[in-house]
Amino acid sequence: MKSEVLLGDETVALAAIHAGISAAFSYPGTPATEILEFVERYARNQKDSPKVAAGWSANEKVAYEEALGVSYAGKRALVSMKHVGLNVAADPFMSSALTGAHGGLVVAVADDPGMHSSQNEQDSRYYAHFARLPALEPANQQEAYDMTLAAYEDSERYGLPVMIRLVTRLAHSRANVQVRTDRKKAPGLGVEPDPRKWTLLPMNARRQFTGLLEKYEGLCKAADESPYNTLKLGGRRGIICSGIAANYVQENLDGDGEASVLRIAHYPLPKGKMRELVAHCDEVLVVEEGYPFIEDALCGVVAPADTRILGRRSGHLPASGELSPDLVRQALGLDKREAPEPITDLAGRPPQMCQGCPHADSYHHIVEALKPYREAILFSDIGCYTLGALPPYNAIKSCVDMGASIGMARGASLVGIHPSCCAIGDSTFVHSGMTGLIGAADTDANMTVFILDNATVAMTGTQETLASGDELVRLVAGLGVNPDHIKVIEPLSKYHEGNVRIIRGEIDHRGLSVIISKRACIRLKKK
Amino acid sequence: MKANVILAGVGGQGILSTAYCLCNAALKRGLNFKQAEVHGMAQRGGAVVSHLRISPDTIYSDLVSYGEADLLLSIEPLECLRYAQYLSAGGSMVTSCAPVLNIGDYPELDGVLKRVAEFREHILLDTTYLSAAAGSGRAANMVMLGAGGRALGFSIAELEGQVRTLFSGKSERVVEANCKALRVGALAARLYRERLEQGRSYAAALRAVGEIAPAELVRRAEQEIPSDAADGQPAGDRSPTVSTGG
Repeated sequence: MKSEVLLGDETVALAAIHAGISAAFSYPGTPATEILEFVERYARNQKDSPKVAAGWSANEKVAYEEALGVSYAGKRALVSMKHVGLNVAADPFMSSALTGAHGGLVVAVADDPGMHSSQNEQDSRYYAHFARLPALEPANQQEAYDMTLAAYEDSERYGLPVMIRLVTRLAHSRANVQVRTDRKKAPGLGVEPDPRKWTLLPMNARRQFTGLLEKYEGLCKAADESPYNTLKLGGRRGIICSGIAANYVQENLDGDGEASVLRIAHYPLPKGKMRELVAHCDEVLVVEEGYPFIEDALCGVVAPADTRILGRRSGHLPASGELSPDLVRQALGLDKREAPEPITDLAGRPPQMCQGCPHADSYHHIVEALKPYREAILFSDIGCYTLGALPPYNAIKSCVDMGASIGMARGASLVGIHPSCCAIGDSTFVHSGMTGLIGAADTDANMTVFILDNATVAMTGTQETLASGDELVRLVAGLGVNPDHIKVIEPLSKYHEGNVRIIRGEIDHRGLSVIISKRACIRLKKK
Repeated sequence: MKANVILAGVGGQGILSTAYCLCNAALKRGLNFKQAEVHGMAQRGGAVVSHLRISPDTIYSDLVSYGEADLLLSIEPLECLRYAQYLSAGGSMVTSCAPVLNIGDYPELDGVLKRVAEFREHILLDTTYLSAAAGSGRAANMVMLGAGGRALGFSIAELEGQVRTLFSGKSERVVEANCKALRVGALAARLYRERLEQGRSYAAALRAVGEIAPAELVRRAEQEIPSDAADGQPAGDRSPTVSTGG
């Protein structure tokens, strides 16, 4: 073993490499981006074997499917994504529980409680539960490494994908970690061409689902016996904690031997251990980062009669948002630490577009062009350009999910909104905008699409985009958009008047127009 | 050494580089550390904060608790105040006095600095002047690292080692300017505190340091800031300069 300084994300990546993966896939998204970035760096300089194929996919669904293909071929794979990325990959994720995995398949999902850089704070443990798949929830960097290594063994033992659930504060926290000095040799499993398992025709799917439910019993038993789920019975006051929240409990209890504590890190829920704790205690405080997943399971519709369950639902912890050592301290009923009063009257400093950002110029052109139209709506999407919602731009009216703006603009256009416009980045367009545009092109919807082509995935640190520049123009034309109404502009203040004129011309065109506003991200130049 | 540190500033100022140097300096001493940061949207010119904890023992929480930070190190004065609640009773607030004016409602600067100066254990540094003196206007974070790192008990040699690794791909001129910035920051911190202890106001203390010519600052920093000792401590002493409540 040797010591390395790693982000939580990087420990997962390194463990997957050490577990002998042959491939890793992802789409950039905070706080999961650094997982694939690490594997990519490793693969670039790699001298050992097996060779690791690592790269960005068009979106998380594709990444998942690519990883599943590797698993089918008997090799180990890693697929990583942010929490909302799993919504995109939910289709293959859910059904891969039925097909099962062959070569070890680990799905690393990084949740973002507190929404530091996300549109919601959904909790991925529900997905693991929904799919009836096992999940591991490390509390620290060392566990993230160790559990990821173990997850590959579990995946092959059960023939199922295994989820590793991270949260921002682990994904983006660095520590010294003890790691292997070499890579394991993954078992040579060979291809598994069993169409009865992998072809989910109803007759096969029914059998596979029954099989999954049978396996699930075994998973529950394994979780109850897992060394990662530790139960320590003491006093009549109980605590159930999981993941990073367990750190905040330990930080505050600091060796206090009084309370009975169940730490959960291995799902499905260890029901036996939970029952044992509840039976032993008058009161159980549930401390978990994310939704009240454990707490809900404990309370159900009818809460235990003789034990009070405290947590997010009872108001002992906030119903939403990220936990902190101070919030957990309060929930534990400990004295508040002495601290200076917070200074609350300070001017806020929200994120903003960089000096010289091409999106800023694009928005100046678009906002100016839309001025004469009282009913104009500019839907938008997810990326740096979402900051166009803030002053001084106040340009965009929506940001829902990757690619949403194109479908929303078409919907609005169908019910008479004009101009119905949307602004979407080049990478977001490839991720989930193309599908919406095919439908809009097919019906020549009366709408105007702005593709803000900055040639990179900027928000997450300038990862490679799959279609930009001329390639993007050909792609848009290939989707069926009339070439006469595909316009490319360069967003610069010196071209303001000309660009505004082009935009107005396309808005007045009764049909679909795509305006590609093309200028490279200034961060690419700095790189 | 056992310490909790809050590192603050504005996206793009180099907070994560500062954190990198402190983490690796701790690691080199065989200490444990945890350093939490936030990536993504927050890095786009917004308020950025990193929590750093160093200890010979197991560290549980990745986040510092309120009232537990021994050092609040900030590259921007308004951002320093934002995290005042984290400061421990004997903790130090070490901040640049140079504002980043990327918001419309930035308060009057004197008022901001006055609020910093209300904290007894504070140090204000004019990083614009000091980093230019060291030879790189972009080394404000290294000026702060020199001042803050020594307050934590690291020697200039320890910090310099990390700065050299961090900038290993850059030209020798850039590396030298950043190393000089460490020493200049450490010297300016000492001089500022001396002036305060003589009964001067924060503004007078800042002025006094700012009146030393750049060349003179660098010369004195080379002479008066030893490589192998932390702030007021002989080399090799592992006990913390900044004590923690634990």
